[in-house]
Amino acid sequence: MTNDRRLSAPGRLAAGDDVATTGLATADLPDEPLAEFAGRYGLRPSAERPPIGRYLQSLWLRRHFIMAFATARNVAMYTEARLGQLWQILTPLLNAGVYFLIFGLLLKINRGIPNYLAFLVTGVFVFNFSQRAFISTSSVITDSLPLIRALRFPRAALPLAYVIIELQQMLLSMVVLAVIVLFTHEPLTWYWLLAIPALLLQTIFNVGIGLAVARLGSNINDFSQLLPFLMRTWLYVSGVLFQISTLDIKREYVALLQINPAAIYITLIREAILQTQRASQPGAQPYNRVRCGIWQHLKAPTDWSAYCHPVTDPSHYWYYAIAWAVLALIVGFFFFWRAEAKYGRG
Amino acid sequence: MVADEPKVVVDDLHVVYRVFGAGGDKGTAATALLRIMGRKTRGSIREVHAIRGVSFVAHRGDAVGVIGRNGSGKTTLLRAIAGLLPPEQGNVYTDGEAALLGVNAALLEDLTGERNVVLGCLAMGMTKKETRDKYPSIVDFSGVGDFVDLPMKTYSSGMGSRLRFAIAASKSQDILLVDEALATGDAEFRVKSHARINELRKEAGTVFLVAHNLEEVELTCNRVIWMERGKIVTHGEDVVGIIDSYIAASGGAPVERDPVTGARVHARVPAKT
Repeated sequence: MTNDRRLSAPGRLAAGDDVATTGLATADLPDEPLAEFAGRYGLRPSAERPPIGRYLQSLWLRRHFIMAFATARNVAMYTEARLGQLWQILTPLLNAGVYFLIFGLLLKINRGIPNYLAFLVTGVFVFNFSQRAFISTSSVITDSLPLIRALRFPRAALPLAYVIIELQQMLLSMVVLAVIVLFTHEPLTWYWLLAIPALLLQTIFNVGIGLAVARLGSNINDFSQLLPFLMRTWLYVSGVLFQISTLDIKREYVALLQINPAAIYITLIREAILQTQRASQPGAQPYNRVRCGIWQHLKAPTDWSAYCHPVTDPSHYWYYAIAWAVLALIVGFFFFWRAEAKYGRG
Repeated sequence: MVADEPKVVVDDLHVVYRVFGAGGDKGTAATALLRIMGRKTRGSIREVHAIRGVSFVAHRGDAVGVIGRNGSGKTTLLRAIAGLLPPEQGNVYTDGEAALLGVNAALLEDLTGERNVVLGCLAMGMTKKETRDKYPSIVDFSGVGDFVDLPMKTYSSGMGSRLRFAIAASKSQDILLVDEALATGDAEFRVKSHARINELRKEAGTVFLVAHNLEEVELTCNRVIWMERGKIVTHGEDVVGIIDSYIAASGGAPVERDPVTGARVHARVPAKT
């Protein structure tokens, strides 16, 4: 029996820190430095971040996991509610209902925008897609801590799944939106198909920013408190409620607001599904000084804004949309990947 | 030792937790403001030096028991091996990936057991087909029965940990870290998990087991690490000897053993300290 071979009493333990690395503790260690020993046998540091190529590859291998996780989360989100999945349709409907009540029935203001209700609801729905995606991804790491701590998988799978959840929600919202838009006497045209690539680009943009936000939210606790305010500010400067070109500010600022990613995606989808928007965009008609001047002074609900010069060339909108999506994806992915080994730490 | 190939090398590992908002101030808005104004600089960050210079090598086919009192750094050590905690100094080297199984690691509480099994398998990198093939055996192994259709938050802690163990153990892990996950299981499940751990060892994996149930360690492990205050007290293959010294050091009554086989005469589980 080997009782008390090394230690006499627990009091000794509590008193000294020098009990460690004596005798047996080091007896079976190799003679060479451990780092070299580990390297010789091809062992890798456990907290090492995988190279970006291998990371992308393992992310691709988890594509079924990403889809299954998104679907399961989506179902779980509504299990507590009595109406269950019906909320997926009810949420956008109620959203639209609130705006209809306030802007369609009570205020009756249109700020010189034809078919203001459709303009507003489209803006709200498109902006909501990004807003919900960022707010949910900001807490994705904290939400999934048990999963992260139990299993090894590329963590980027989680924010990706959250954006896919929001995309599923957005597609249902688009159906509701289509009904509302048709209800406001907008014609159904081939232009509607342009909403698909616009939505796709917005999704890519959301993935990129969502990844960045997920990293920020994982290690800065104050970030998720701040995010709603950032999002609300973004909402007000992105022309959800008004036409940016009617703002009484310098043309350079107008241009800056117009090319901000949220405004770009909102404008593209509005122009895809709203005939009135296409017709009233500045630049849609040849420049006419008189009509433009009248519109600028009266802000009348005509489509005479079409006779003014555009601040941002409408044909450039698609380039901006692509550029924002690609830029956000590359920067966001890289930013998220840099901290890969740190997610899930206490 | 089955083979002499190292699977885990821990080289002078130090782990430090930084606890925000600990100590001193009351955590009110006023104190937070003072802190931001720079009047009180970072006074509220406390460092906890949880692992202080641990080195050891574990080999292919080893089952290593980690024993020690609460707060001695056992769980921290496992999380560092899994790559979930950054080393402050030193490093942990592993051959392949390490999967950590802990008591508190509920996967996705809101989801049914069935969804958790599928998601767990897919997250570990199994294909859809592999997941389908493994599903019945995982559910069967966990023994949760009809509860598999219910959300995991309705499970008892024992059922939950059984299901988690079944999921993680379904794939032959390079390194499996088990943190008291078996403590909540019933006798029948312990026998099963025991057998599974031995299988995993044979599949050329390495298993680490943290348990306060010393008999569990004695039966399962071929090596023991005894930790105290973030350092290794003793480490070796003399499982019975180290456990007996640990019990003696904790002030427990010595275990009566058969002088020839070293097996316990009366299985005695020492009180948790």
